[in-house]
Amino acid sequence: MTARTRTHGPWAVALRSLSRMPSAIASASVLLLLVILSAGAPFYAAHIAHTDPFESDVAGTITLHGADIPVMQPNNNRLHLGLTPIGPTWVPSADLLGADSQGRDVAARLLYGGRNSLLISSCAALLCIVLAATVGICAGFFGGIVDILLSRMMDIMWAIPVYLFAISLSIVTVSHGLRIGPISIRSDSLLLPICIIALVYVPYAARPIRGRVMSLRQSEFVLAARCLGASRRRILLRDILPNVSTTLIVLAPLVMALALLAESALSFLSIGVQAPAASWGTIIQDGQGLIYTRPWVAIAPGLAIVITVLALNVLGDALRDALDVRETSRRSGA
Amino acid sequence: MDADAPLLAVDNLTITLPAGRGRTVDIVENVSFRLDGAEIMGLVGESGSGKSMSALAIMGLIDAPGARIAGSIRFRGRELIGLDRRALRALRGAEIAMIFQDPMTALTPVHTVGWQIDEQLRAHQPLSRAGARARTVELLGEMGVPDPRRAADRYPHQLSGGLRQRAMIAMALSCNPSLLIADEPTTALDVTVQAQILDLLRRLRQDFGSSILLITHDMGVVAETCDRTTVLYSGNVAEHGPTDALFRQPAHPYTAALLDSIPPLRGTRPRRLPSIPGAPPAPSARPPGCPFQPRCAYGHVACETRPSLLPIGAQQVACVLPAEGRALPPRAVLSA
Repeated sequence: MTARTRTHGPWAVALRSLSRMPSAIASASVLLLLVILSAGAPFYAAHIAHTDPFESDVAGTITLHGADIPVMQPNNNRLHLGLTPIGPTWVPSADLLGADSQGRDVAARLLYGGRNSLLISSCAALLCIVLAATVGICAGFFGGIVDILLSRMMDIMWAIPVYLFAISLSIVTVSHGLRIGPISIRSDSLLLPICIIALVYVPYAARPIRGRVMSLRQSEFVLAARCLGASRRRILLRDILPNVSTTLIVLAPLVMALALLAESALSFLSIGVQAPAASWGTIIQDGQGLIYTRPWVAIAPGLAIVITVLALNVLGDALRDALDVRETSRRSGA
Repeated sequence: MDADAPLLAVDNLTITLPAGRGRTVDIVENVSFRLDGAEIMGLVGESGSGKSMSALAIMGLIDAPGARIAGSIRFRGRELIGLDRRALRALRGAEIAMIFQDPMTALTPVHTVGWQIDEQLRAHQPLSRAGARARTVELLGEMGVPDPRRAADRYPHQLSGGLRQRAMIAMALSCNPSLLIADEPTTALDVTVQAQILDLLRRLRQDFGSSILLITHDMGVVAETCDRTTVLYSGNVAEHGPTDALFRQPAHPYTAALLDSIPPLRGTRPRRLPSIPGAPPAPSARPPGCPFQPRCAYGHVACETRPSLLPIGAQQVACVLPAEGRALPPRAVLSA
């Protein structure tokens, strides 16, 4: 055995084993790329595509290979009725992925949509984990009547299908916003979908956290801490919370994937992100009328969702493998 | 506080747990023992005999819903049963500390060993982080941990079993408790490390003046370490006395049978070690008379009523045999 000068904490060990997992590196890079691309949406719209993706541009033209081409092109059906937006040109300065039925640049909208979709899903995941951790830790640690009340509340929420729950909450709030006492959220605020999505996934995250806390509470190191005169507060902060933090970290990307799907579904149904703002869900909705003529309008955001969800799930699995402290110690000790 | 009171006096401790459907079961029945200053007492018994439950009752840590604890547990003359939670917590760690069988599971895996001892020190004493660490390193050194400064920066899984147990003992002793309860402290360790830890426990008494309640099922550990021994069987005290007297002339057939099941070091070895037939009764199916009677070679009619503890010499025994003038003979093995 080689003499080590530094001891490696569980976090350092986890980070090191993460950096050795190709799947973790790949999924993290994909996610980072998506975040950078979305963050660059205004730059792309202003300096590369030279369009305003929130203005309808039915009469506009684009310059492609030196020629001016109208964005909305006449149909070549027999009666030449109606207009079809231009398809993908694969040229960044001229509707890279084509235009939608209002003549707006789909590529620019896709990037703006990514901003909203990623922002909503990550904030919702964070809020959901915080709520679920509070509920799960309280239920698991205090047990008894607290546990019964919280668990039954979760069971009731669980009994309602999650999309049905989210849709009904959204429909109630989308027309007039939310006003509870001093709290007032406008109906087009992103806070609404964030709160709704966070709320509906709380039972899904709280249950594993509660289970983990219950087993931690029975663990010998908690008994040992009590034998040494530790207060409940100290046990909660020093023993339970650090040990449950790995569960929270593993849950976060998985919940974010679910939140992204829920956000897209709500936006697709026009009860999530409100027009003219974009999200991947609203772009899919824009594309559904063009599915036979200009399928890329719907396929592009669909692909973006699939790639993001896949990357988040792969990252979640990698985190789970990396953060199992005993598992890694056994592996590195062998 | 009473200056003449023994350090720990347990009198008629009975622990009753609910067994479902409104029934209850007495896990521990009328157990009494006492422990003086700077004394090591062994609490011996097989699994389920109630030794760990008695220890948890002393620590005030039995909080199963519906559990009832009757009798009296006095620490320096102060009644612990019914003491409020805050007072008990102040006592735990500072006056009474406990160590466990498996230090791997008794230490939090996410913090370094030193951090955990620092925390323990700082919870009971006003110390700076650096001051706590200095005391931690000092403590680990006193527990015989080589290179304590570096060991303090290790996580539990990076230490060997023996080092972990030393760290656990250092943590328990950090606030100089006058009573240390050691629940099978050597069971998870191999024999050489076991000897070192027992040696360490014996030194604690000299260096720190601590009393130790050593819970074990290993008669060898008791013989090596304890001044006095209490043998528990099925939640009852079977026998109590000075360790050497108990080993020389056990008065209870259960103690004798336990001692007989240890392989002799000298002389010819039996082909098969004698064993006690049957299994200890479940606490709910304990016979009304002597709990050992169904397995006892000397069982007779007089055993149908529960025997009370009778003094013979320095020992106390819950058996009718000595009173009937049929005391067990002294053992030959130890005199060799």
